[in-house]
Amino acid sequence: MKRGLEMSSEKIVFCKGGGCTAKLGAQALNRVLSLLPKGDPDPDLLVGYSSKDDAAVYRLTDEIAFVQTLDFFPPMVQDPYLFGQIAAANALSDIYAMGGTVKTALNIVCFPEKWDLNILGEILRGGSEKVLEAGGSLAGGHSIADSDVKYGLSVTGVVHPDHIWANNTGRPGDRLILTKALGVGILCTADRVGEAPADGMAAAIRSMTTLNKTAAECCHAYEIHACTDVTGFSFLGHLHEMMDGRLSCRIFADQIPVLPGAMACADEFLLTAAAQRNRNHVGNYVRFDDIPFAMEEVLFDPQTSGGLLVAAAPGDADSLLKDLRGRGLPAAMVGEILAREDQEIQVLYH
Amino acid sequence: MMVTRVDAIGDACPIPVVKTKNAIKELHGAGTVETLVDNEIAVQNLTKMANQKGYAVKSQKLSDDRFQVTMEISEKAGLSEASQAEPGNALGQEPQECLVAPGARKKNIVVAVTAPVMGTGNDELGAVLIKGFLYALTQQDELPSTILFYNGGATLTCEGSASIEDLKSLEALGVEILTCGTCLNYYKLSDHLQVGGVTNMYEIAEKLTRADLVIRP
Repeated sequence: MKRGLEMSSEKIVFCKGGGCTAKLGAQALNRVLSLLPKGDPDPDLLVGYSSKDDAAVYRLTDEIAFVQTLDFFPPMVQDPYLFGQIAAANALSDIYAMGGTVKTALNIVCFPEKWDLNILGEILRGGSEKVLEAGGSLAGGHSIADSDVKYGLSVTGVVHPDHIWANNTGRPGDRLILTKALGVGILCTADRVGEAPADGMAAAIRSMTTLNKTAAECCHAYEIHACTDVTGFSFLGHLHEMMDGRLSCRIFADQIPVLPGAMACADEFLLTAAAQRNRNHVGNYVRFDDIPFAMEEVLFDPQTSGGLLVAAAPGDADSLLKDLRGRGLPAAMVGEILAREDQEIQVLYH
Repeated sequence: MMVTRVDAIGDACPIPVVKTKNAIKELHGAGTVETLVDNEIAVQNLTKMANQKGYAVKSQKLSDDRFQVTMEISEKAGLSEASQAEPGNALGQEPQECLVAPGARKKNIVVAVTAPVMGTGNDELGAVLIKGFLYALTQQDELPSTILFYNGGATLTCEGSASIEDLKSLEALGVEILTCGTCLNYYKLSDHLQVGGVTNMYEIAEKLTRADLVIRP
């Protein structure tokens, strides 16, 4: 979609390095959030931001709760249509990570007034296709004239109040399953300086445009104790939230699925600022046992539209993994949850 | 000794690292590279690179938004960097853009494994050869981007194959391992896949037509 990107003599820079690498650091965010007035707790607000979960959940009846989420960010790829797909897949993912079903979505978009509206059209086309694929309805939206492009969705879904997948309810013995390969942050960053291998970038785009719908559907057939989606705070950042200060885990570095080319780009130090912020935030909770530098970086790499990270009951994990792989997902069993130890997260070759 | 200054004020990661790497290459030997950046995260990313590469490194906060990172590059390290030609390096171009530049890239190599054996003749020998071939692949400098397994080749990614460990190492090195789903069904191996993902004929055709080089052992 290079057509429409050149306007008169002015050069349009669509992608300045976005996606979830553009997220504010968790440390900075936590400080601000902790100062907000909270008000009286509403007993029907089952998941709010006291829990750092993926989306808010509000109980309407004993049978039904709605799941609400909002996600938007600047482009991480140059093609507006693909960007729309990726931003939407990323926003929809939070509903799946809570165990919910997608119902409605609202567009949220920032777009420079002077730009070719066809670009905006392509972004929204990509987004609406993904909402349809998710089985939801696009119900409206809001747009703002801004100096840079940003796009995303506010998505509402439903879930049974007794079957919410929280991110912090894993149990010792649970197996950790990851449903997408890591490395999209590194590859998009490398692509920005023209150094990403073509096959790696193609694989990253394929991964980012894949909905977590199939992965979530598979998981519903098995005993799942906790679930989150891996996004800007990286695999280790989201894993740390999953441990919730009361669990520990062992991660098997040789089982981590990695996109082609991501390790090579990490070895060339094509690293994001967000990955270093993730390292600063959770590095103290992690012990690496002889892990190569590039793998460390992959584990701290901010993901856009990353996969689900699931804590599955030990008896169900093998079948779930087989099921996920049978549906063509690059899922892997990447570790196991332990009772709390001194070291929260240990990464090793097993 | 040569001192090169790199101005990376206002540059987002990874640009400060890319600029510094290029300055080190330009030294063609021993020297000092001083990089100016405007945020602490960039200092940390530069320091990580220096530590990995074994350069002596120190950093200094000049003001709230000015930091200087100084690296000392030894004769040996400098020469080895300079000798690594990187035709795909795009520093001369506008770095903010992410247009997919068609510059020199790694070749897209696809290996198509169509049988549980390598070559025709004796199948017992063929089985030994294909195992050896897949092991030898793990040792190559230039790895394929994808290995496709179809028809009789599908047995090699499933339980009972002697190549599972080698294929897992290749996967860990970033090689995509894909087995034809129709073939797994036909051989009743769908529940026995041990490594990689399942694919379909559309993707197989796409991988083969987009490859720069297809290897059929």
